[in-house]
Amino acid sequence: MGQITLNQITKSFGDVQVIPPLDLQIDDGEFVVFVGPSGCGKSTLLRLIAGLEDVSSGDITIDGKNATEVPPAKRGLAMVFQSYALYPHMSVRKNIAFPLRMAGIDKAAQDAKVAAAAKVLNLTDYLDRRPGQLSGGQRQRVAIGRAIVREPAAFLFDEPLSNLDAALRVNMRLEISELHQSLKTTMIYVTHDQVEAMTMADKIVVLQAGRIEQVGSPLELYHTPRNKFVAGFIGSPKMNFLTGSFADEFDAATIGVRPEHLTVSQSDGKWVGKVGVSEHLGSDTFLYVDMDGVDEPITVRSSGEIGFRHGDIVHLTPAPDKIHRFDNQDLRIA
Amino acid sequence: MARAVSTRRKALVTICAWAVGIAIFFPILWTVLTSFKTEAEAIASPPSFLFFDWTLENYSTVQERSDYFRHFSNSVIISFGSTLLGLLIAIPAAWSMAFVPGKRTKDVLMWMLSTKMLPPVGVLIPIYLLFRDTGLLDTRIGLVMVLTLINLPIIVWMLFTYFREIPGEILEAARMDGAELWSEIVYVLTPMAVPGIASTLLLNIILSWNEAFWTLNLTAVDAAPLTAFIASYSSPEGLFYAKLSAASTMAIAPILIIGWFSQKQLVRGLTFGAVK
Amino acid sequence: MATQHSRAAARLMISPAVLLLLGWMIIPLSMTLYFSFLRYNLLIPGMEEWAGWTNYEFFLTDPAFFAALKNTLLLVGGVLLITIIGGVLLALLLDQPFWGQGIVRILVIAPFFVMPTVSALVWKNMFMNPVNGLFAYFAKFLGLEPFDFLSHAPLFSIILIVAWQWLPFATLILLTALQSLDSEQLEAAEMDGANFLNRFVFIMVPHLARSITVVILIQTIFLLSVFAEILVTTNGGPGYASTNLTYLIYAQSLLQFDVGGGSAGGVVAIILANIVAIFLMRMIGKNLEA
Repeated sequence: MGQITLNQITKSFGDVQVIPPLDLQIDDGEFVVFVGPSGCGKSTLLRLIAGLEDVSSGDITIDGKNATEVPPAKRGLAMVFQSYALYPHMSVRKNIAFPLRMAGIDKAAQDAKVAAAAKVLNLTDYLDRRPGQLSGGQRQRVAIGRAIVREPAAFLFDEPLSNLDAALRVNMRLEISELHQSLKTTMIYVTHDQVEAMTMADKIVVLQAGRIEQVGSPLELYHTPRNKFVAGFIGSPKMNFLTGSFADEFDAATIGVRPEHLTVSQSDGKWVGKVGVSEHLGSDTFLYVDMDGVDEPITVRSSGEIGFRHGDIVHLTPAPDKIHRFDNQDLRIA
Repeated sequence: MARAVSTRRKALVTICAWAVGIAIFFPILWTVLTSFKTEAEAIASPPSFLFFDWTLENYSTVQERSDYFRHFSNSVIISFGSTLLGLLIAIPAAWSMAFVPGKRTKDVLMWMLSTKMLPPVGVLIPIYLLFRDTGLLDTRIGLVMVLTLINLPIIVWMLFTYFREIPGEILEAARMDGAELWSEIVYVLTPMAVPGIASTLLLNIILSWNEAFWTLNLTAVDAAPLTAFIASYSSPEGLFYAKLSAASTMAIAPILIIGWFSQKQLVRGLTFGAVK
Repeated sequence: MATQHSRAAARLMISPAVLLLLGWMIIPLSMTLYFSFLRYNLLIPGMEEWAGWTNYEFFLTDPAFFAALKNTLLLVGGVLLITIIGGVLLALLLDQPFWGQGIVRILVIAPFFVMPTVSALVWKNMFMNPVNGLFAYFAKFLGLEPFDFLSHAPLFSIILIVAWQWLPFATLILLTALQSLDSEQLEAAEMDGANFLNRFVFIMVPHLARSITVVILIQTIFLLSVFAEILVTTNGGPGYASTNLTYLIYAQSLLQFDVGGGSAGGVVAIILANIVAIFLMRMIGKNLEA
């Protein structure tokens, strides 16, 4: 079981309120990702759930029980830290067994559980090494192993992949997703990387300045962002925003078009611009087009190889049903 | 990248550095050499450096006449006792300040430091009278108490600077793993801080071993450590250079060895972390 | 960044240290302050009476006080001068590559570990003694009259002894600081055409400035309280020629048993030490934020 409810929780450090009153429901077995720019309060929110920080007001309920005053050790949650936080003076085996030792479980049961976890995580050969002798990916797996053996109600991940190189990050992303498939335990995952959020989450919680901007499945967020912030944050490359006469035509204060929803033509189209930089990735080409009346260059994503040069005049046409309209409050117009 | 230096230049620097090093070390070397001479050879003119009849006689004389080992064990008890007691009090305090810093933590640290700057002579009389009236004068327990208190700020500070380098996430992980405060300190923090705790221990043993204000003023016979024992040589009778040297050599040898081991941490400890 | 629970634990854990130090500070300090206003001599017990500012008047107008103050300043200043200049030179030397660096480092640091009574007595007898000391032997060897250091230049002799003890400290700290200097900075300066003197003045000295300040302040704290070296060599004499403030107060309190006068002196010493301490604390406090 792992159902977590946050009811009107707030958090202040001194006079600064970093989390205004916030409600959130996390269902059992869900993979929830908190995403937002740095300083948006996502890590604080995770630490409040973990019990490493007190809430200033409001309640946290875990599996129907009020856990607001319960110390972290007693909440039945396991956490994987950004720095992995392995105990450097203990072998991998002892690291993984530590929570069991703290719970007073007998040695034989400890060994069995550690062996099982090590097998799942491919750590069997490394059990007698110290964390310092392991690679980044292996350390990450030890940290996960330490979390698994407790059989927690929920796993908490605090930007666990940010210290890994790009290739390893993709691998670990898959491993964590697979782990979720097999354990079916609630997981709460904090990241600033929207790609991680999109690929892993059942439910994404987008945060800004401690406020929840939107909660939804990855595709809901992609297709129907509730406001301009979410629209700009989710999706890569970023959504293009146009204002002024471009938006007036659609009865909106701002319109947004994703780069993949623009078609580019040499001869005719809705908008005209001049090609700046073009990036050739092989599978895709990104064009950055400067348009009169638009501050930032418009990003266009075309599949395959297209041959435009710096300075070429091009015409852009947005897919009509893919235009996002926002009012002067930056909220979506349905 | 360090650059290759010409051999000639390196040889020149080597000669200068060794000359200066030996000159600075010479009084100690001379003391050690003299301790193996007879009293007559110790004041012989011209002085002999290595070619004399080596003897261990002074060492046994010092022990027989003045019960050297009692003073030595007083020094050991006082310096180890005060250091261990200090660590016991300081580890929890340093844990608090390093991992649960509050608004006043910095002020508390600075205030602790300020107590170290109190000139001992400013509180000599009250301590002397309090000790006289409570029967602590010339007792080892009394000196252990005083040295613990005067070194406590340094111990707290050193531990604090070491603890501060341990990432707080690791202690939080322990907490998430179900560790109570006690387990957190015993199983996680202390083993991780062993190098820091060890160098704090060594530095404080050195400081207590050599402390020569309180040990001279608060002891007479029973609890007198080596500092006070050596001071008794200031009013000599007859020939005493060789015996003074033997006593001195025995008094400084253990601490020289400890000191050489902990020289790297010394800088940090004595500057309260201001220079690393 | 913590919970109520851990903050409560933290307060509990820090309280023994705080309470002990608080007691150590407040109890004797208030007693010293109280005694300093009493006419109180240990030889005539039971005759204590309120004396107002008399003790301070006597202490501060006593010629011995001015002699001690002057000696204290000379002692602190002299030792600082020798150890800082010597320390910088030694650090520069030891920072060069040479054979046997580790051993020389150990030789240089050694005097710091020698207890004050030992170093004072070794210097007094085996080096500075006008009859049997090594210096006397070398003087005779060169055909000069041996110099009686401790009778004719007592303060200077004590400065030498104390400087020998503290030179390693200054050297070690300055060497550590020098080694933390980024060698690329020096190479950049060399590329910019700076010779060794330029590099020393414009790069090394500014880099060392902070450490030198730390050395000055910490040594000052310890040097103000030099005691054992005086006790075993000159007993403050001849006259008051080598009496510093610490020794003067000690003599007044425990040799003349004048608790009132000694306490007044103690209060004066505390005030003087505090002036130095304020500067030191600022430096360390700044470092705490970094």
